[in-house]
Amino acid sequence: MISEGELPDRLKAQFEYVICGPDINYHTTSSYSAGTFTPSGVDYTWNFDAFKQIFKIDITHRDDDTIEFDMSGINVAVVNAFRRILISEVPTMAIEHVFFVNNTSIIADEVFAHRLGLVPLKVDPRLFQLKAEDDAPNETNTIVFKLSAKCTAEKSVGVSGDKVVSGDLQWLVGGSEMPDETACRFSVGQQELLEGQRIDVVHKDILLAKMRPGQEILLEAHAIKGVGREHAKWSPVATAWYRLHPEVILLKEVEGALAGKLVQELPGLIVSEEHMGKQVAKVTSAREHEGLLEKVRRLSGEDEWKDKLQLRKRKDRFIFTIESVGIYKAEELFMEAIDILVQKCDNLLASL
Amino acid sequence: MLKNRIIIDFDSNGEVKATLASATHDRKSVTNVMFTKGRFNVKINLFSEEVNAAVVFKAMGVVSDQEIVQLVGHEGIIASHIAPTLHHAHELGIFTQQQALTYIGNRIRQSPKQQLKGWKRSKADEARDVLANVLLCHVPMKRFNFEHKVTFLGLTIRRMISAQLDPSLVDSKDYYGNKRLELAGNLLALLFEDLFKRLNWELMRQADSTLSKSNRAGMFDISRSIRQDVITHGFEHSLASGNWNIKRFKVERKGVSQVLSRLSFIAAFGMMTRVTSNVDKGLKLAGPRALHPAQWGMLCPADTPEGEGCGLTKNLALLTHVTNDDEEDPLTRLAYIFGVEPWGLIRGTDLARAGAIIVMLNGNVLGVHRRPRSFINAFRALRRAGRVGEFVSISIKHECILISCDGGRVCRPLIICDAGVPRVRQEHIEAVKAGKMDFNDFLRRGLIEYLDVNEENDCNIALDEKFCGPLTTHLEVEPFTILGVVAGLVPYPHHNQSPRNTYQCAMGKQAMGNIAFNQLKRMDTLLYLLCYPQRPLLTTQTIELVGFDRLGAGQNAVVAVMSYSGYDIEDAIVMNKAGLDRGFGRCIVLRKYGANVKRYMNRTMDQIRGPPLEAGGTGTALHRYRVLESDGLPAVGERIGQGDVFINKFVPRNTRDTLANPLSMGENFYKARAETFKCGPGEQYIVDRVLLTENEDSPICIKVLMRHTRVPELGDKFSSRHGQKGVVGNIVSQEDMPFGENGICPDLIMNPHGFPSRMTVGKMIELIGSKAAVLSGRFHSGTAFGEPTGLASSVAEISETLVAHGFNYCGKDFLTSGITGEPLQGYIFMGPVYYQKLKHMVLDKMHARARGPRMVLTRQPTEGRSRDGGLRLGEMERDCLIAYGASMLLLERLMISSDKFEVHVDTRSGLLGYYSASRGCAVSPLDKSSKHMASLTIPYACKLLFQELQGMNIVPRLRLTDL
Repeated sequence: MISEGELPDRLKAQFEYVICGPDINYHTTSSYSAGTFTPSGVDYTWNFDAFKQIFKIDITHRDDDTIEFDMSGINVAVVNAFRRILISEVPTMAIEHVFFVNNTSIIADEVFAHRLGLVPLKVDPRLFQLKAEDDAPNETNTIVFKLSAKCTAEKSVGVSGDKVVSGDLQWLVGGSEMPDETACRFSVGQQELLEGQRIDVVHKDILLAKMRPGQEILLEAHAIKGVGREHAKWSPVATAWYRLHPEVILLKEVEGALAGKLVQELPGLIVSEEHMGKQVAKVTSAREHEGLLEKVRRLSGEDEWKDKLQLRKRKDRFIFTIESVGIYKAEELFMEAIDILVQKCDNLLASL
Repeated sequence: MLKNRIIIDFDSNGEVKATLASATHDRKSVTNVMFTKGRFNVKINLFSEEVNAAVVFKAMGVVSDQEIVQLVGHEGIIASHIAPTLHHAHELGIFTQQQALTYIGNRIRQSPKQQLKGWKRSKADEARDVLANVLLCHVPMKRFNFEHKVTFLGLTIRRMISAQLDPSLVDSKDYYGNKRLELAGNLLALLFEDLFKRLNWELMRQADSTLSKSNRAGMFDISRSIRQDVITHGFEHSLASGNWNIKRFKVERKGVSQVLSRLSFIAAFGMMTRVTSNVDKGLKLAGPRALHPAQWGMLCPADTPEGEGCGLTKNLALLTHVTNDDEEDPLTRLAYIFGVEPWGLIRGTDLARAGAIIVMLNGNVLGVHRRPRSFINAFRALRRAGRVGEFVSISIKHECILISCDGGRVCRPLIICDAGVPRVRQEHIEAVKAGKMDFNDFLRRGLIEYLDVNEENDCNIALDEKFCGPLTTHLEVEPFTILGVVAGLVPYPHHNQSPRNTYQCAMGKQAMGNIAFNQLKRMDTLLYLLCYPQRPLLTTQTIELVGFDRLGAGQNAVVAVMSYSGYDIEDAIVMNKAGLDRGFGRCIVLRKYGANVKRYMNRTMDQIRGPPLEAGGTGTALHRYRVLESDGLPAVGERIGQGDVFINKFVPRNTRDTLANPLSMGENFYKARAETFKCGPGEQYIVDRVLLTENEDSPICIKVLMRHTRVPELGDKFSSRHGQKGVVGNIVSQEDMPFGENGICPDLIMNPHGFPSRMTVGKMIELIGSKAAVLSGRFHSGTAFGEPTGLASSVAEISETLVAHGFNYCGKDFLTSGITGEPLQGYIFMGPVYYQKLKHMVLDKMHARARGPRMVLTRQPTEGRSRDGGLRLGEMERDCLIAYGASMLLLERLMISSDKFEVHVDTRSGLLGYYSASRGCAVSPLDKSSKHMASLTIPYACKLLFQELQGMNIVPRLRLTDL
């Protein structure tokens, strides 16, 4: 989105980098107006074609639950919007109402209900509708689980069922077994709706409660759709965040013994090379030696290195990480977030 | 406090004064020896004036002046000090014992009782009696042989003279070696003795009155006259009220027994180590409140309340032991075996002889010893060998060897050193680790010993092994043990400004968490529990010793120290909503309610009935009664709100008259007295448990525990472990919170302005220490003074761990704003800190009212939250309004919105009339005419005042004029 103009180097560095000084970050802002540098003959008007040119996503790591990718050529506000949407606006299903039939365990009803709410449910929320406050619960907006656990002790077997785990939640396809109390009535079972998928919990081994022989829990838990803004249990991510791409630069040539010293201080990050018969320090990749970056920052405050070493971060290159709770795949989540952002923009445009 | 010892002090004139509080098991007296007008005088309560000491000597049989001088000391300088006293005795013309006794006898206050009896003895006999039984009553004597008393008195005067010569010998009142703690056993024993005496006295009176009757029939059985409940009742009453009234010693004390606070585990612990001084709290004395050097290691320097009780209420340190009374006889015999020359063989000259030293046991002189050092060493060797009780102390002070075995001394264990080499060696430590030895083995083998404050003064104690020199006699067990249990929770307290630790000691007791392992079985009136209590990442040795790591009262919150949103000024904290959603700071409040089912005089009983049913035969209970089961008791697990009935109780209308069949009366015989639930509107409690039991008053006692789970909200109070409390100022959603480079986002944001003025460096170290603990996966320790011994991680070590994990060495992180998405300029100090949720929650405190109840008498709004009272516009607020000239507002606040009342005044007389409803007009009180009546609005309280004045025959008249 930046049309390359001719800015003086100093201004360009300020524009493109956050400089991580020893005590403070310099030039942290990215909010420049398009005309900030017009006097210098540089125009920063956003341009879609240019954006298409420079915008890039590189996936650096991916598994089911996490994805890490580099995103460059994009403004921080948009990236932050993605992050915020991921945390608080991508809807999921989570247990909201718990109907206790019996609970003789030591854990209090509401504490247990709170724990149940935080259990991630493996179900595609797109198949369900948001349930408004006064909507009656039905097959399109509610998933019903039953939990029936009993702890027993027998001489031969010993104590069994002393741990209630999330895997003990059974999905009730046909809806509530006590519709009079829960007011939840399904007209059809949820099989068709789900196209044969089974609803389950993401992790079957989350410890919910411990019991002693003779104790018993019997309840029905109703999950509805919601967003993380309302309660963290609906957040589809453990967390989602980004950081800026770090760079270490040598402001001056470092040669000879000093170079050797620097290599010793920052092994791997700085290597020395033979150049014109002298040992010259050279920076390798900052990304690969992130454990040393704090040290670079510290050294950059010391008299010896003050004018030679600098840690800086590129303002338009983001390392974005999404840690999914397991309901969505991490990459799907990002797509969802984009959809939501697009939708918001559409809404805005429509209302203008 | 201290009994039977000579305490030298200055009186109000700046002269030396000796106080001897004698106490034996059956008698207490105070003897003062004063120095007035250049003479030594003796004063006890029974004397109407001070009596010349020489006269007292003479009265006790020491007639010759030479003998007196010998008793006090014949060195020139001492003799010259005593001379004016002797001279005065001569001036009084007292030379013989008889003269002296008569002189004293004339100065004895007659108790009215004796005068009544008309029982006459000679003055001399009376004086002799007083000298024998009251003066220095703890000194043993037989058959009016005053030898011991005379010597003791001589010794006292001698000490006074030395104190005059060298003011450093004056005893400090606040010196802890001069104090004795009273323990439960002693206090109960005193109480029992008093009650037993009362029992006997009542028995005697009963027996006397019965036996004195002439027309007695049948045998007199004394066992029938014994009242069986005197002692039980007395004990119960004293223990319940805390009032200790002991007639014999004229003791009347309040607050001796207190209800153990079970609010939190630490509160209970803190209460059990509490020591209260018997000093008047109203006095603004600095002396008894100040931390005395002698309290080192015995009493916690941090744990004391703020305000009036500051320094008077103290807490024991971690290793302190309070002694019990031990037997004196074996020690006496032992002392004689070791070469103490007994009492009777000594004369003043011997006392004064160089090298010989007086040996005293619990304040009584045993005799003298010529080689004091070897005597002490031999004595200590025996104690270390376990032949003498481990709490017996022996020390030298003021040219006396003091042996103490009395109860109430505070003492603490120390490692014994031989010429600077500690007796506890590595092999012993290994044995402890292997479980082969324990503390008592150490004590028995003479590796450690208990020292009391006096003996500590006689020792050279090294703080650490590296300070051990050839003169070192003892080594501290661990420096952190100078703190008590409550102060021991603070990590790195030695880096904090000292009052912060004191504040934490007060707040640690209010923290919610686990209170005990049986907490879910208890029926406390009020119980606060945390849903997810945690163990602090940064522990201390004390935490592990007392088991706080298993019964924690707080949570490790990731704290960012930064300014955020402006809702964090004045110590307010900003919280992350997602954190609260996930259970941070969530707590359970359990409150007990109950009712008694009583049985009355006429054998009628209260009834508990099932809920009244709705009309229409549906079988459902009325809404207000919905939590009740058919037995009239609430169902466990039901939700209950304001105004709901939880015990449907009915009481009989007639509880006095005898009835034919008291248990089967009709329904109408009873009136409803249902227990309704009171809480804030909209709140919902849950019935947690129902307990049926019985007590003395009622055959059935119903207790119901109501539970309320609360999520932190704006205004709830939190505190770290460094006396830094704050209320929640704002709750912010996670996406608005700043986040770090590895995705961590704080649970809680604290304003950095909390640091500079508080100087709680310990909190900063806790933060980076906890951060290191999280990164390395190992609990870190921050024990007080623990860095040299490795009981606390040093900042350097912590920083190394941080750097090794790629973090900044001082705990600062590169954060990005969650709102703008741009990096923050400053590096933010962020890491976990153990936060406590305190019991003060807005839900229990918030209160507002528009209209509401009024008091009956004055018709002004009621006061206080519990009565839904109004918010008072007080005098100072009134002053502001006056100054501002807002008279109409003043009128509105003070009258119209409060107790506006219309009165009718007779303009002629200025008296209050009344409104006659039948005539439809106001009427004068004088002639019932309505012509001259005016009506005006005044506060009802003002009208009330007029009428009350009238009731006192004072006529207030209102002069009305037109403006």
